[in-house]
Amino acid sequence: MKGGSSEASGSCKGRNSCSSTVMKGTDKCKIVENVMIAPDMYKMAFLSEHIAFNAHPGQFVHIKVPCDNSLLMRRPISIHDVHPQTGVVEIAYKVVGRGTRILSRMNAGQVIDVLGPLGQGFTISRGIKSAFVIGGGCGIAPLKFLARRLKEEGIAVTALLGFREREAVYGLSDFEEFSNRLLVTTDDGSLGRKGLVTQLLEEELKEQLPDVMFTCGPVPMLKVVQRLAREYSVPCQMSLEERMGCGIGGCLVCSCAIRTPNGDFEYKRVCKDGPVFWSREVMLDEATIEC
Amino acid sequence: MKPRLNVEICGISFKNPVIAASGTFGFGREYARYVDLNMLGGIAVKGLTLLPRKGNPPPRIAETPSGILNSVGLQNPGIDHFIEQELPQLLKYDTRIIVNINGNTIDEYCRMAEKLRGVPVHFLELNISCPNVKQGGVAFGTDPDLVYDITRSVKAHAGQPVIVKLTPNVTDIKEVAIAAEQGGADGISLINTVLGMAIDVKKRRPVLANIVGGLSGPAIKPIALRMVWEAAQVVSIPIIGMGGITTGEDVVEFLLAGATAVGVGTANLMSPTACIDILNQLEEYMVQNGVGDVKELIGRLETE
Repeated sequence: MKGGSSEASGSCKGRNSCSSTVMKGTDKCKIVENVMIAPDMYKMAFLSEHIAFNAHPGQFVHIKVPCDNSLLMRRPISIHDVHPQTGVVEIAYKVVGRGTRILSRMNAGQVIDVLGPLGQGFTISRGIKSAFVIGGGCGIAPLKFLARRLKEEGIAVTALLGFREREAVYGLSDFEEFSNRLLVTTDDGSLGRKGLVTQLLEEELKEQLPDVMFTCGPVPMLKVVQRLAREYSVPCQMSLEERMGCGIGGCLVCSCAIRTPNGDFEYKRVCKDGPVFWSREVMLDEATIEC
Repeated sequence: MKPRLNVEICGISFKNPVIAASGTFGFGREYARYVDLNMLGGIAVKGLTLLPRKGNPPPRIAETPSGILNSVGLQNPGIDHFIEQELPQLLKYDTRIIVNINGNTIDEYCRMAEKLRGVPVHFLELNISCPNVKQGGVAFGTDPDLVYDITRSVKAHAGQPVIVKLTPNVTDIKEVAIAAEQGGADGISLINTVLGMAIDVKKRRPVLANIVGGLSGPAIKPIALRMVWEAAQVVSIPIIGMGGITTGEDVVEFLLAGATAVGVGTANLMSPTACIDILNQLEEYMVQNGVGDVKELIGRLETE
């Protein structure tokens, strides 16, 4: 990840000397905006200088569900964009259950409890000149921050975004700003090309190969992107989603199967080792057995 | 005046009664970025096995009202890796280290205890209550005769005091607690998670890939309190009470019920600073209620 890591040094030089490494924990953040941007899809902006200043594209924040103590788990939501000058952090999220429903009803001026920025985001290697950014549905959310960063780095971005239908489309103006080419598909053809974004991706790969691909979206889409990356030998990073616990790598509940060099696999932590992984390592299909 | 928080278990002093519970705190490494581990009474490390374990397939967690179901399945790097790679960084902190060990057989528990002989950890926690593994685990913890046998066998090999971690998935916790004490346990910790399940009605499938898992969090606190209280009536060895503790007042409840110290588990998943927040709340309770020494609370429940 360019720009260094936000992780504090873990070095301890003896008993009682470790308090210097203690990081900022949870943050009470004031909401400045919370609006519906598509059916069941919301964009929230809140204030956190710490997150706005330290976040990298692909990282996430872990938000405590307000107003309902019976929902114990924080909700991991990817960072949509940050504005370090104003301390504003944007998230875009889909309402998928009670927790996100409650979040969607919060208003500007109210406060939420946020932990972050967390996880390993997208790696933007030096020397990269061109990138494909492939997103599907709510998986497009973290790609805005990425596309903006890629543009700032002078990297030519082709954005390929897939939505179910015209009504579900959001964020296109951002990608018009941050990408050199913007290609949109809808499943029903109500906007852009009819079909799946992966069909369009394959056509594009036949024309030109980017230095790298970045993707986030539903698992069936990721599987096709992963196969195409392999077939066309393009390095590809994918952002994964999994039910999470602590969000900081302590509880081992958000695991994903990652191929090991010896042909076996191990369960890595989506929250700490990810959520972004190299697609060649990720095992999305293979039945993983208990051991 | 600052209240006294230190407690003692088997002659080993804890600076306060708050212990990070096994499986929710890794080997402390991740949490050290958010809290000063020196402030904790103790850390019970992630459950270890003789050989590394991959754990169960995902999804491994489901949220239920005021609770969490998990089926991690003892994913861990193995006891040798722990001793060589993880323990050195943990020993830099001034806190008590409790090593949670798990086996498929009594012999495996004994071999792990042997490996830990001479290793500078303070306690072994015999996990005979993990609901998420097919062999061993909870199967040992539900049979008082087996609890007695395994405790006695491990005690014969252990270099450190042995705490036996009990499962709530039994008819009579008193029988099991007595069996552990008679087997030579230096203490007991309870409760481990309550076996449960959650179903996705749209998919008509269990939420957890493992189908069933262990329930933790405030949902199980009343069960845990009752069992700690029952166990405290029948054994004289110290008890580490746990199950759904999220506040300082929860700690007070467990101490009053007879626990000498407490484990904080699920709360760590809710906030990485939970143990310290709870400790501060405990101190606040003591100041407000004129309790100068936390030991004044232990077992002081009034039922008459």
